[in-house]
Amino acid sequence: MIDNTKTSVSIRNLSLSFGSVQVLQEMNLDVKYGEFIVLLGPSGCGKSTLLNCIAGLLDVTGGQIYISGKNVTWEEPKDRGIGMVFQSYALYPQMTVRKNLSFGLRVAGLPREEIDKRVKRASEMLQIEPLLDRKPANLSGGQRQRVAIGRALVRDVDVFLFDEPLSNLDAKLRADLRVEIKRLHQRLENTMIYVTHDQIEAMTLADRIAIMRDGIIQQLDTPHEIYNRPVNLFVAGFIGSPAMNFIKGDLKSRTFVADGVTLPIDHYAFQPGNEALNANAILGVRPEHVLVGEAANAVPVNFESEIEIVEPMGSDTIAWARIGTQEFTFRADAELNLEPGQKIRLGFDPARASVFDAASGERI
Amino acid sequence: MSNPATLSTNVALDAVKTDITLDGPHGPRPKPFFTPRRIILYSILFVACLYYLFPLYVMITTSFKTMPEIRFGNIFAPPIEFTGEAWSKAWSSACTGLTCQGLSPGFWNSIKILIPSVIISTAVAAVNGYGLVNWKFKGSEIFFAVLIFGSFIPYQVMLYPLVMLTREMGIFGTIPAVIMVHTIFGMPILTLLFRNYFASLPPELFKAARVDGAGFWRIFFEVMLPMSLPIVVVALILQVTGIWNDFLFGVVFAGTQNLPMTVQLNNIVNSAQGTPEYNVNMAATMLTGLVPLIVYFVSGRLFVRGVAAGAVKG
Ligand SMILES: Nc1ncnc2c1ncn2[C@@H]1O[C@H](COP(=O)(O)OP(=O)(O)OP(=O)(O)O)[C@@H](O)[C@H]1O
Ligand SMILES: [Mg+2]
Repeated sequence: MIDNTKTSVSIRNLSLSFGSVQVLQEMNLDVKYGEFIVLLGPSGCGKSTLLNCIAGLLDVTGGQIYISGKNVTWEEPKDRGIGMVFQSYALYPQMTVRKNLSFGLRVAGLPREEIDKRVKRASEMLQIEPLLDRKPANLSGGQRQRVAIGRALVRDVDVFLFDEPLSNLDAKLRADLRVEIKRLHQRLENTMIYVTHDQIEAMTLADRIAIMRDGIIQQLDTPHEIYNRPVNLFVAGFIGSPAMNFIKGDLKSRTFVADGVTLPIDHYAFQPGNEALNANAILGVRPEHVLVGEAANAVPVNFESEIEIVEPMGSDTIAWARIGTQEFTFRADAELNLEPGQKIRLGFDPARASVFDAASGERI
Repeated sequence: MSNPATLSTNVALDAVKTDITLDGPHGPRPKPFFTPRRIILYSILFVACLYYLFPLYVMITTSFKTMPEIRFGNIFAPPIEFTGEAWSKAWSSACTGLTCQGLSPGFWNSIKILIPSVIISTAVAAVNGYGLVNWKFKGSEIFFAVLIFGSFIPYQVMLYPLVMLTREMGIFGTIPAVIMVHTIFGMPILTLLFRNYFASLPPELFKAARVDGAGFWRIFFEVMLPMSLPIVVVALILQVTGIWNDFLFGVVFAGTQNLPMTVQLNNIVNSAQGTPEYNVNMAATMLTGLVPLIVYFVSGRLFVRGVAAGAVKG
């Protein structure tokens, strides 16, 4: 059983700079045993750097790292109980798959029978047994990544670190391996820290997602919370496709006024203490939360608009309209057969919207 | 239909007919072989070849002639009385200074210098390059810069200090002294070569090996070195030809008993006594040049194979 009460990986005030460039700033992160944490953020925000610090491949500039309660800040990678999988697979090209899998075990000086047993178990689990005597050059991308995962698997580690393991694969393979990784996690029940910039991977795999920006964790929460209650504009804009609508306006005693359009947002769940706030604000509405036509009349906020552009996606349609003078995107059922120029009623439930302070970008 | 472009297109199509599917001919349009550009290019190359091959031709033919024939005949004419005497004389009985044993002692001296020098310098440079890329230490960049700067200092400046150094060490005038000097002078360029090669390998490979628990030497021997065949071959070619052709260090450091082949060749060719024996000189020169020549021919293929093998991605 997973023991949720203990922390598996604990990061305390971790800082890292390359020369004068500060990449990680006073970072804190606690990962529970058996938890699947996804680090998500734009390119260059320090995800790989954080992972390399946890693995012991980079010397930190400040702070501590604990794994299973032990301070490993200055330990060698091999003594940390971690396994790592890289985007570029990083298989040893001159070794067969079998040799690749067993390399770490041979280095550790394990007896032959034990090595064979573990290689067998890992290759069964990942269905790479027929490939054991091939060289990496003779494998497909998906097979290579399975071998790379297997290399971490055989070492029987507590913590798995993945650095964008699926980024080099095509869409179909990515979906397959994503499920496989999830299955692996359910079976092994060990801690996984997984870097990606693919939202779908993050949403589907994570117990909790850490959204990073410029070396700072913006929000660490369940996928559900991140999606529904983003803590600031950055998180709100980063998660979701198409991106959330941001409507500029003023917040006055529980109504939101944008370009003269008044939107009553009584039902919005304000952060404690913010209920009576009057400020320049930004109202965030997810395109998929917009109701169209008759249905719009059933929710507290609704208004009339004209459709400008329509993008049919097959199952549904993305359309552009306006609220006041500001752009407003929404997702509608393809059966509605929306046309540009068409006048339509749009509405949303403020309980599902987000309101941010225009100055600080924080959730109100 | 009679212009050459169309014609060769049709020929090319015939050649790949089996590959053509129902969607018709495809692929880039083949260019005719004899364009004016190509004709000019190949003419120039041909002339250049002749220019370089002519001296070689003269040397080979002369080395197989007898002296009277050389004296009275045309230097471009092939040998009438084909004889290998000059070659055997050059190898075993021509006079190099005081002794008359031909080039063979020099050949073996050169081998004795060459093999350890090449192995030691390549091995040390490979470890250097690997260390500089993957195990950066404080000041490793400066260390590298100094090393490279060292290669710009003229040999002559270092010659006397090295003579003193080897004398202090008690190895001046012996083969170990020459080996040491070759190793030192090969270091900058070889280290640069290996450093750049290792820097071009994906860094994740090294990281993966670290996570697998391997240390400095283990990663070097089991991960890096097996991937380094192409660059090792390049280093070997550079060192074998460079050290074999060396004259200066051989004269200065080897001592009279251990003179390398190049020095002895010089002694044969420049000997003041008697009439110059052109056939022997030519044969001796060919013999001395044979080793680099063989290295080029053999390693050229190995080199290509090495590059091809190294090109596979992990
Ligand atoms: N060796 C280095 N020297 C200097 N700066 C570096 C070095 N490695 C990374 N950086 C910088 O640190 C920042 C974070 O890099 P990192 O690789 O962690 O980003 P990332 O979040 O993994 O991005 P990506 O999604 O593109 O992989 C970047 O701005 C990068 O330029
Ligand atoms: Mg990265």
